[in-house]
Amino acid sequence: MSSLLILGAKSDIARAVAQQYAANGYDLLLAGRTINELDDFAKDLTIRNEIKVFLHEFDANDFDSHAAFINQLPQLPDGVITAIGYLGEQTQAEQDWTECEKIMNQNLLGNVSVLNIIANLFVQRQSGFIVGISSVAGDRGRQKNYLYGAAKAGFTTYLSGLRNRLYKKNVHVLTVKPGFVNTQMTTDMDLPTKLTAEPEQVAKDIYKAQQNNKNTLYTKGIWAWIMLIIRLIPEWQFKKMDL
Amino acid sequence: MPNQSTKQVSGWGRFPQLKHRVFTPRTASDLHSFVKNNENPNAIAFGNGRSYGDSALSECIIDCRQAQNYFIDFNSQQGTLTCQAGVTLDEILKVIVPKGWFLPVTPGTCFVTLGGAIAADVHGKNHHLAGCFSEHITELQLLLADGTTISCHKNQQPDLFRATCGGMGLTGVILSATIQLKAISSTQILQTTHKTRNLQETFAVFEQNQSSTYSVAWIDCFAKNKSLGRSLVSIGEFADDGSLTQTNKKKARTMPRWFPGFMLNSWTIKIFNTLYYHRQRKPVKQEAVHYQQFFYPLDGIHHWNRMYGRRGFIQYQFILPKKTSFEGLNAILKTIADAGQGSFLAVLKLHGQANENWLSFPMEGYSLALDFKVQDKLFPLLNRLDQLVLNYKGRFYLAKDARVSREVFEQGYPNIEKFRQYRQDHNMNQHFNSAQSLRIGL
Repeated sequence: MSSLLILGAKSDIARAVAQQYAANGYDLLLAGRTINELDDFAKDLTIRNEIKVFLHEFDANDFDSHAAFINQLPQLPDGVITAIGYLGEQTQAEQDWTECEKIMNQNLLGNVSVLNIIANLFVQRQSGFIVGISSVAGDRGRQKNYLYGAAKAGFTTYLSGLRNRLYKKNVHVLTVKPGFVNTQMTTDMDLPTKLTAEPEQVAKDIYKAQQNNKNTLYTKGIWAWIMLIIRLIPEWQFKKMDL
Repeated sequence: MPNQSTKQVSGWGRFPQLKHRVFTPRTASDLHSFVKNNENPNAIAFGNGRSYGDSALSECIIDCRQAQNYFIDFNSQQGTLTCQAGVTLDEILKVIVPKGWFLPVTPGTCFVTLGGAIAADVHGKNHHLAGCFSEHITELQLLLADGTTISCHKNQQPDLFRATCGGMGLTGVILSATIQLKAISSTQILQTTHKTRNLQETFAVFEQNQSSTYSVAWIDCFAKNKSLGRSLVSIGEFADDGSLTQTNKKKARTMPRWFPGFMLNSWTIKIFNTLYYHRQRKPVKQEAVHYQQFFYPLDGIHHWNRMYGRRGFIQYQFILPKKTSFEGLNAILKTIADAGQGSFLAVLKLHGQANENWLSFPMEGYSLALDFKVQDKLFPLLNRLDQLVLNYKGRFYLAKDARVSREVFEQGYPNIEKFRQYRQDHNMNQHFNSAQSLRIGL
């Protein structure tokens, strides 16, 4: 039976991804902080799908613990999906280094640290897949969320390089760029319904793209076009805009 | 904080449609704190929106599916299942059928939630032997308005249990329940369909098959005179052997959003009914069908409620005591056939004894469920039917109702005062009310 490690498993997207892979027969290793909050969720997955689910404590910010975390897993999973991320408060982070550092650590460094280790093990094994959940915010810096965007841009570039390196080693890397998603993270935002995906839809798209070895996934798909247009706006114009 | 939005909401009948605030708690603790802090006295839990009328509509709708969608425990040896209330029967069947278990009682759609099934104390084609859904609950958890969770069953907090099962969410928010499942060894049902020529024959088939597990009749409500009450009565039993993993071969279809309501009129329905009745040539036909086809034929057409057009429809379901059933149904069917307003979904069923719950619908006798497209001339007809039902000592089903008046409703339920008193004594009427409960004064 195939197995999947989900990092940052408590997020809404991660939980929808867990349900999607569980329904397709994957055993799951769910990792995150205070992971026992997922006890009921894990029990539900096992009853519905007759799979095994393991919960593992994991702190993305504690880089030094990552090697030990991977070592103590019951098995090296067939694939890994990281949903580690933190939106943060842009205006606060402009003034407050702690908030800014948290945004950088969660979205970029934490992911890079743990994926470095996993990538090396996958290379040794000559198989596996890595799915990184980045964001459309990384496609271009905007005044409203450029710190989050910068971290996501770094992560997108990291995944692209990783894909290039691992391609020859039979390890596939998928970059996921969700647009608006109706989750806890966006609960206070007033999102346009036509552009907003439900976590279940994102999870379905991720599963399909990963199974078909796609490289980059925009979800909803319309975001590929929106971001294309946004990227094409010349910088001398873009800097004056209020997007 | 739960997500909230203000939108047009309706039950499955798409009548009435009301603009209400919908709160969607994301987690169980979200739900608890919302209920505890909610100050709007007209709050009601909402499941999968399959009650037909306004049972789950109110100023403050608590959409519980997201916060309450976990399986908690399944013992596949003993056939006991514990689920949160937002899990649908469809989801339950997917888990239990391959292990040789089935719902002890199921309504005609598997898209209701467990909580909805309890709140309406639903019944199925085996009511004459198995009773209502609540009779198979070994325990249920209820969230009260003060934020506390209370557990009850037949012998623990019996009054609360009797008020909650069939109580349409008016005692609190049903959180979870444990049910005892029924063992099966096949997904196939052996079905015998009797073609009857009139109401007398229809009744006779029901009476002769009282020991069969499942029985229900489709009745041609446009037939008149000598043919009044002609039906296809289907009797079923689970097959003794066969596969537990065999799936239904029929693929689900979807009713298009644009389906025009005028397609359903007295002529098209009359033609349909006649063809449907005569499709079966022999007086008795036997076949094996998948359980989905037997129990949930309409679930095979997603959004079939769109068929009645924009204004929606009313499902009119009543039950008459056995003594008055024959005479009463004759009178009622005649009125409907003369008015030319019936539909092709008309279902007749012989029920067993009533249970002790204060608002559960079934009693020993015949129930009839009919769909009527909403149009102006419908309401006078329904008012006439109401009086006939009362004359024959019948009563109405809250899960289907969208319009019955307080005076008409309360005559059918001898325990209604107990229910009202209990709600008052425990301050439940200060917190949980639906458009329906306000109309009927529950």
